[in-house]
Amino acid sequence: MNATTAAAHVEPVVKTLRVKATARHAFEVFTADITRWWNRNHSINPTRSPLAKVVMEPKAGGRWYELGEDGSECEWGKVLAWDPPRRVVLAWQISTQWTFDASLHTELEVRFEPQGSETLVTLEHRFLERWGEKARETREMVDGGWGGLLERFAASAEGRDPE
Amino acid sequence: MPYAHALAALADPTRRAVFERLRAGPISVGDIAAELPVSRPAVSQHLKVLKDAGLVRHEAAGTRRLYEVDPRGLGELRSWLDRFWTEALDAFKAEAERQSHHRPRKRSR
Repeated sequence: MNATTAAAHVEPVVKTLRVKATARHAFEVFTADITRWWNRNHSINPTRSPLAKVVMEPKAGGRWYELGEDGSECEWGKVLAWDPPRRVVLAWQISTQWTFDASLHTELEVRFEPQGSETLVTLEHRFLERWGEKARETREMVDGGWGGLLERFAASAEGRDPE
Repeated sequence: MPYAHALAALADPTRRAVFERLRAGPISVGDIAAELPVSRPAVSQHLKVLKDAGLVRHEAAGTRRLYEVDPRGLGELRSWLDRFWTEALDAFKAEAERQSHHRPRKRSR
């Protein structure tokens, strides 16, 4: 990675937690049952309709959106990878103004690793610099090298809990 | 809200364009103005807002002053997101364990 890209790079947010449930169950609650745990205040629907449901279509290329009580739909992003029960990758296309922005692609990856009767869940929200930059050529950043990050991620996935 | 300054500063499209010019490395007010349809005083004003928001910092290079991205500014936004996901995942964990406890064989659809 060259120095100029590094200057504008923002470390991804990485969270790990242990859940007392199987990976399959944790995956299902995170995806199909997201409405059950998602904070209703975290809605970006321009109609301001109360949030009725969060929908994550169970397939790569699927939509990810919120459904208002008035029946309106508001996009959040896309399902980029769908590998139950181990991994889901989502495009989080929400701008700094909390509106949907089709040209913005930050990425959210959630992994589910069985650990005995429990599951280690790792969430990573990355490409955060795109919020500030809206870089015209994001490709160079993707190709820029995420070695340290992947190492860190591998540590989490292998159960070497960073915390 | 601690991240509000950074969000507000980047909401203005011209200011965002100024901010993007810093991406390639430290740059002077004059060089930014030369690349954008914006006057030098206007560029200076945008840089001041970005600096106050913690997104930009400057350094002296001889007689010139060069502006560059201050990673701490976006770091503020990042900190906010960090807390956002901590809260969301706490709620997720509670729901996953509640369901697991009461409905271990839950099926959907």
